[in-house]
Formats: sequence, C-alpha cells, structure tokens
Amino acid sequence: MSATHRPTETPTPTKTPTTPTTPTTPTTTRTSPISPDDFAKAVAAERAAGVIPVRHTGRVVLGALAALATVLATASVARNPSFQWGTVGDYLFSSRIIDGLILTIWLTALSVALSFLIGTVLAVMRLSANPVLQAISWAYTWFFRSVPLLVQLLFWFNIGYLYPRLSFGIPFGPAWFSFETSELISSAAVAVIGLTIHESAYAAEIIRGGILSVDTGQLEAAEALGMHPRRVLGRIVLPQAMRVILPPAGSLLISTLKSTSMVSVIAVTDLLYAAQLIYNQNFLVIPLLMVATLWYLIMTSLLSIAQHFVEKRYARGFARTSGRGPARVPKPDSL
Amino acid sequence: MAADVIRDDLTARPPAEAAEAAGAAAGGILIRSLTKSFGGGPRVLDGIDLTVERGQLICLVGPSGSGKSTLLRCVNLLESPDSGMIWVSGMLMGRHFDGHRVRALRPAEYRRQQSRIGMIFQQFNLFPHLTVLENIIEAPLSVRGVPRAEAVARAEELVARVGLAGRERAYPRELSGGQQQRIAIARALAMDPDVLLCDEPTSALDPELVGEVLNVLRDLAASGMTMVVVTHEMSFAREVADRVVFMAEGRIVEEGAPEQMFSHPREERTRNFLRRVL
Ligand SMILES: Nc1ncnc2c1ncn2[C@@H]1O[C@H](COP(=O)(O)OP(=O)(O)OP(=O)(O)O)[C@@H](O)[C@H]1O
Ligand SMILES: [Mg+2]
Repeated sequence: MSATHRPTETPTPTKTPTTPTTPTTPTTTRTSPISPDDFAKAVAAERAAGVIPVRHTGRVVLGALAALATVLATASVARNPSFQWGTVGDYLFSSRIIDGLILTIWLTALSVALSFLIGTVLAVMRLSANPVLQAISWAYTWFFRSVPLLVQLLFWFNIGYLYPRLSFGIPFGPAWFSFETSELISSAAVAVIGLTIHESAYAAEIIRGGILSVDTGQLEAAEALGMHPRRVLGRIVLPQAMRVILPPAGSLLISTLKSTSMVSVIAVTDLLYAAQLIYNQNFLVIPLLMVATLWYLIMTSLLSIAQHFVEKRYARGFARTSGRGPARVPKPDSL
Repeated sequence: MAADVIRDDLTARPPAEAAEAAGAAAGGILIRSLTKSFGGGPRVLDGIDLTVERGQLICLVGPSGSGKSTLLRCVNLLESPDSGMIWVSGMLMGRHFDGHRVRALRPAEYRRQQSRIGMIFQQFNLFPHLTVLENIIEAPLSVRGVPRAEAVARAEELVARVGLAGRERAYPRELSGGQQQRIAIARALAMDPDVLLCDEPTSALDPELVGEVLNVLRDLAASGMTMVVVTHEMSFAREVADRVVFMAEGRIVEEGAPEQMFSHPREERTRNFLRRVL
C-alpha cells in the first residue's frame, strides 16, 4: 500500500501517535470514540491517502535472524570436510545403494498397499452393526498400535522359535503341507508382514475417520435408492471420505517410507542397511549416512508432490478445495 | 425381537378394508396401526392409519416434532417401525406374509422395495462428487442393471423435464438450491418409483427458489404420480393436494379436502396450528 498518512485518530496532526511512550492527547486512545468532526476528517484523510498498514517489526527481525541462521548452518555443513561431499557423490548411485533403494521402495509400496486394504476392512468391521467384528477390529487396532514397530519386527523375525513348523490342513487334524517356518518366511517377508500389521492399525483409524466424515444424508439417499451397501461404500462413501483420508494417508506413506529403515535390524538390505554394510567395510560413516539421507529426502519430496496432485483429483465437486470456493476472507492489511 | 414377527392386521378387518386395500394395491399407500419409538422413548408414531389412493397427492402438515419425517422414513424403510403394517403398491414394506405368520424381510429383499419408492430430502442429498448425470444414472445402473446408453438417454430426458437441460455435466455445488432439488427429483424419477415421498422439499430454499421446485411437483402430480409431501407451504397444499393430513404428537388428528381443512377445521388443535402458519 502506498499510504503515507496515519488515519486521523488524533485531532492534532502535529503529534505522532506512533510513539506510545510519549503520551499524546490523553483523551483519545486508539480505540476510544471520536467525535463526528474527527470522523469526517478521518473519512477525508482515508480517501486522500489510504490507510497506513500495521508495521510487523517483530516479524521482520525474526525472519531475518532465522534466514541468517539457516545460511550459516548450510554453509557450515557444505564446507565441513567431515561430510566428504565428494565421497557422497561417489556412492549416491553405486549399485549396492541403488539395490537398497529399490528394496526400500518395494517394502514401502507393498506394505502401504496392504495396510490400506486391511485398514479398509478393519474400518468397515469397526463401523458394522456386528458386535463381534467391532470388537475384533478394536482389539487389533489397540494391540498393534501399542507395540512398537521395532519390537514387532524382532518378534516376527524370531517367530520360528514359537512355531518351528507351519502346516496347512484340518485344524487339530492331519496336515496336508508342512514347512519349516524359517524357510517359508524370508527376512524380507518378515519385514513386509511387520510393517503391514503395524501400519494397517493406523490406516484403519485414518479410513474410519474419513468414513465418519461423510454426511449421513448421503447414506440415506443411497439407501433410499435401494443401492447395495458395498456399492454405497465404494461409489458414494469412500470417494467422499478420500478428501479427509488423503492428507493423513500421505503422512502415513511418508512415515512408512522412513520406518522401513528399521528393517535393517533384521538384516534386510534396504537403503539404510546397504549404506551400513558399506561403511562397516570402509568406515566412511558420515558420507554414507548422507547418501541415505539424500535418498530419503528425494523420495519424500516426490511423494509430497504426488500427494498434492492426488488430493486435487479427489477435490472434484467440492468447492472448498477446488479453487471455485467462496471468496477468501480478506486478510487485514499486512506487509 | 418382537418386531420381527407381527400378527397380520389386515386379515382381521372387515371387507371395506379389503376394498380399500385393493385400491392401494394398484399404486397407492395403505398404513395401518403404525407405531414407532426411539430407544424406548415415547411413541413418535402412535397408531397411524393412512390411505393414499393411486395418483393422489397428500400434504402432511403439523408442528415440528409431530412425527411427519419419521412416518415418511418408515414408509421407505429408512426406519423400521415397532409395529403396524405398511403396504405400498402391493408390497408389504419390510415384511413377508406367508398366509400364517409375518416375518421381517432380508436386506436384499427390502432394498428391492426401497428402490420402488422415491424419496426427496430437505437437504437434497445429491452426491457432491458426481455430476448431475452420474447422480441420476447411478441407481438405474447399479440397482436395476439398465444398460448405460439407455440410462443416460432417460436421465437427459428427466433433466429436461425438470427444466435443466444442458446442465448434465455440472457438479451439484455449481447449481442453486432450487436446481439441486430439481435434480434430486429427477434422480428419484429415474427409478420409475410407484410413489414419491417428499420431506419438506422446499424448506432449505431461499423464498424465490421455492416456486420452481413446487412447479415440478405440481407437474408430477398432474401426470398422476402418487405423492406424499410434508410441507409448510400452505398455499401449495391448498392448491394441489387431494387431501391434507394434520399430524400432532404422533397421531393423525384430522384429515380432509384442503378447502374443508383450511376453511372449517373440525379440531381445536388443527385450528390453532393453522392460525399460526397461515
Ligand atoms: N433417530 C432418532 N432418534 C431419536 N429420536 C428421534 C429420531 N428421529 C426423530 N426423533 C424424534 O422423533 C420425534 C419426531 O421427529 P420427526 O423428525 O418425525 O418430526 P417432524 O414432524 O418431521 O418435525 P419437523 O417438522 O421439525 O421436521 C421428535 O421428537 C424427534 O426428536
Ligand atoms: Mg421433519
């Protein structure tokens, strides 16, 4: 704004009301009523020169300090020889790292896909009229959200001690097939199982919240048309729930991506474990951790971009998020 | 559950009742001794008897909380009544009578009945993520299995009938309230319902939009659709209703031709109510 005049809130323009330490006209504080005369003058002054915006001095100073600190920190990281940026570059695309990266992507994709499948079933069970299904869903969510992922991974990894052989057959009767548990379930499978079970408990809650956010009028309209409940869920409820589900689902996806790094404890060569294996040989710990960090950063950024577009897709028909929405409440004059 | 098996009421009634039932069988509504309460509370519907002949338009009026919505919702099985019988166009709603006992229908069975009854809601309840066309063809496709081309052609015809030709690709949010309600009517009509139930179809509309929706309902009535309309639009009731039914506290207090109801109500409560709303 090009305003140079302060609104005439004081009848004497010679005095400067911007310095609160020197008491100006004691009868007019900034919010006290003004006379009709002053009001007329204020109207004229505003018409002539607009309104002087509020100065956000604190915001400017804080912003400058934060920017300075960021520049210094970045410079220190970039110039610190211990990071060995050259070595980071050497290993960024090394085949062992790339193999680990691919496994991390696989683990993430598979376990998130399975989690949301199982999560949907759990959410529908929880919202069903059947008390047994409700209870099972509740207990599952309660238990697997309570046990830390690391503990679960170690537990599933050692399941062979608990059930050395797995058999398929009639319960309590003869078995048709029988396997050594450790043969059947590889470390990678343990990783997928552990991640899926853990994340599906969260996915269930995310999806349940989304379903509950859909107006009951939608269900009634669909029911009144005689639609099948499965169709109502798939065609009416879930697409509308998506708007509410997607933001936390995106967070869950990103957090799962990072949680996959825990599978290094059960010797699955994901991105982090690949880096660890290399630095155990050559002791270039920091550069290799930086390699892993950079890849996590890149993947997270790509996922965030993808999330933005997917959210846009599901905003169809909803004015609030599609840009056709009601006019934004204008912000008060600011910088 | 006591409501699962209910003694049949109709068989015990005199022949006049059977004759009336025969009239209703051909596309009307017959309600006998309907009661409903929520969670052991007081009776919201307390012995409703109502007959709507084929092609009639009934206006249901009454004070807030008198049970008008609950009555409509029982008729199309959005609520399950505690006791009583509802017969719509030959269907015993939510029940099956094998000649001896009455049993409750399974979901797949009562869904088929629901699809034969059109329902118009105060809040329209269009599916906001689907276009006008998708809203209308959804049930014909997924419930009736109508071929897509046929459903689309019919939908376009209905959109034109409610005066919105050319808006098939719009999303509900892009339409005014009156337009949305007209699309909701088209969506109900796409299922070729035997009867149309409207629960305060114009109450959520700005006054200048009420007329366009009432015009559509008026046309429908003229075309012979059997309708029950809960409304506070007394001039509409007076003009198009075959009968006006006044409800209070879960009972039908009085019913009659609009002229008689509005000019010479018999009951004190009807008089009081009309004095407040007219
Ligand atoms: N799902 C429900 N659970 C509990 N009570 C309910 C439920 N639905 C309706 N009621 C009660 O039943 C009574 C009748 O409600 P209903 O909605 O049928 O009245 P109405 O005549 O349609 O009123 P209005 O003109 O305000 O729409 C009210 O006292 C209401 O509180
Ligand atoms: Mg109501």
